Amino acid sequence: MKKNGVKMIKIKAKDVDVFYGKKQALFNISLDIEENQVTALIGPSGCGKSTFLRCLNRMNDVIDICSVKGEILINDFNINDKSCDVVRLREKIGMVFQKPNPFPKTLYENVSYGPTIHGMAQSKQEMDEIVETSLKKAALWEEVKDRLHEPGTGLSGGQQQRLCIARAISVRPEVILMDEPCSALDPIATAQIEELIDELKKEHTIIIVTHSMAQAARVSQNTGFFHLGQLIEHGSTDKIFKNPDNKKTQDYITGRFG
Amino acid sequence: MNKNKEQLLNKRYKAEQRFRLYGQSAIFMALLFLTIFIFKIFSTGYSAFQKTWLIVPVTFDPELMMLEQNPSKEDIQDADYYDIALKSMADLDLNANEDQENELKRMVSYFFEKEIKNELLNDPNLIGKTKEVYLTASDDLDQVFKGNYPRDLPEDQRRVSDYQLKIFDQLVVNGMVESKFNISFFTNADSREAELAGIASSFMGSIFSILVCLMIAFPVAVLAAIYLEEFAPKNRFTDFIEVNINNLAAVPSIVFGLLGLGVLLAIFQLPRSTPLVGGITLSLMTLPTIIIAARASLKAVPPSIREAALAMGASRMQTTMHHTVPLSMPGTLSGTIIGLAQALGETAPLILIGMVAFVNTIPGSPMDPAASLPVQIYIWAESAERGFVEKVSACIMVLLGFLITMNLFAQIIRHKFEKKWS
Repeated sequence: MKKNGVKMIKIKAKDVDVFYGKKQALFNISLDIEENQVTALIGPSGCGKSTFLRCLNRMNDVIDICSVKGEILINDFNINDKSCDVVRLREKIGMVFQKPNPFPKTLYENVSYGPTIHGMAQSKQEMDEIVETSLKKAALWEEVKDRLHEPGTGLSGGQQQRLCIARAISVRPEVILMDEPCSALDPIATAQIEELIDELKKEHTIIIVTHSMAQAARVSQNTGFFHLGQLIEHGSTDKIFKNPDNKKTQDYITGRFG
Repeated sequence: MNKNKEQLLNKRYKAEQRFRLYGQSAIFMALLFLTIFIFKIFSTGYSAFQKTWLIVPVTFDPELMMLEQNPSKEDIQDADYYDIALKSMADLDLNANEDQENELKRMVSYFFEKEIKNELLNDPNLIGKTKEVYLTASDDLDQVFKGNYPRDLPEDQRRVSDYQLKIFDQLVVNGMVESKFNISFFTNADSREAELAGIASSFMGSIFSILVCLMIAFPVAVLAAIYLEEFAPKNRFTDFIEVNINNLAAVPSIVFGLLGLGVLLAIFQLPRSTPLVGGITLSLMTLPTIIIAARASLKAVPPSIREAALAMGASRMQTTMHHTVPLSMPGTLSGTIIGLAQALGETAPLILIGMVAFVNTIPGSPMDPAASLPVQIYIWAESAERGFVEKVSACIMVLLGFLITMNLFAQIIRHKFEKKWS
């Protein structure tokens, strides 16, 4: 989105290095992510794109041996700073995982979990509303409105993933991170999710890691290409796919490796 | 080349068939042993659930009982029953001499006086009348009636005399011997007399011990497991703790008994022979089992659930308490029940802390002296009387029933509450 012709930067990564024990997984990544746009991160397996994504909501904290260096500014605030509270951070930055991972609870409990722990609803009615709007935004409401109190694990794969998206947007995050959200889904479910992503970018900044270049081309406005832990090139999706500056990007896009 | 391949294929099939055979024979062996074991227990034990009674006419002669006219309840309570009890037994053979009268008296349990008294307390109108009263047969005659007694032995090697057998056979012919379900086996505490001994004390002792054990071991073990699995940093110290928990699970139970003896009884001066001390000792033994089961079921919760909760902004504590722990509970609970079942069958540590003492009262709380089922089996198995042989098997049956119920319960919990995640 442009304001007065200037692109608004939501996330600014500066010289990010990530280590798994002694092994360095990311080298010196600097990347700006624009607000209310979809940014796709592409690259061959093991290139570090998921690792980078997990830096943005500090999910790497969970891994004992993982350490992150450098600055990641979200709204000009460094999330790697000691003063950053991960609970608050993750409230603002939602995440959707590769494999649908609904809680083994009811649909309603799945969606209401975030608002409950963050105290976002004062009454049952308010909570009902949050659940309904979240499910509507995730384009799941019509399919499940009659069985909100059945287990979320009983849904199909595509529905489960949309449930996870509904869960992520229930706390109205500013940013949604998606880690290959369609890799476990069939083409029809994939198309539904892609449509949804397009809709969600009106209110959220979206960063999506994907293996499918076609998907990156379809859904994203900006693309970053990772290779062996380095950010080779990033820019508008149009440019990356049609006229990349770097030979490696060219080779990957055209399917010469990866 | 082709032939070679075929040979190889045949070999592979043969190997598979052989392997199946090994497996099947192993299962067959296991089943065979189990069947023999169960058959042995049941065939010796089932008769303990029947008890032999002699139906003896008793004349409630107020003079012999030293009762006044129109006695009050207290008078009946305090009356002397020994004489009428003795007389009714002696009357079974009107020609008996003094020695024989003594032998007649020993055909019933020493409890017979009390049984006659209870009859009158139930119905005070019986004074001056004659009624047929059920008297517990002595353990040896009980065995005779059940057909377990070697009657062909020479008389001096038997505890039942020829005279007693003769009278007993007459009573059988006259229909004055009856076999009924042995309620007192479940309601009586232990006794030196086999015909009166029951499992009430040891059963309650076992229940109290298990409750104490559960109340101590479960919370401690679950908290330890949660901390170690979800919060503790992975370093040498926690590795060391983990190794030692596994070691603790392998420590022979008698060592825990010594610990109970040395610490709980000697230092803390807790009351000896009580389920309280037994339960604490057993809980030390059960702790590692529950910790290991709880950690295994925490580990089995898919990491994706934790990630989902953390990514929603749940704190570590919330993730653990809202998601991981509830999902791990079925496994933890069934592990706990299996740990308790182990503790229930444990004998050695209880013997060391004095639960092997002869207890002829039924405990009302964990602070009262009691035995426990396995120890009761041990005590009876040591006794010489023939009447205790079937009691041992019967007690084993009760213990097995208890254990099977617990394991069944563990299975039900596991199946019913285990959530499926795809």
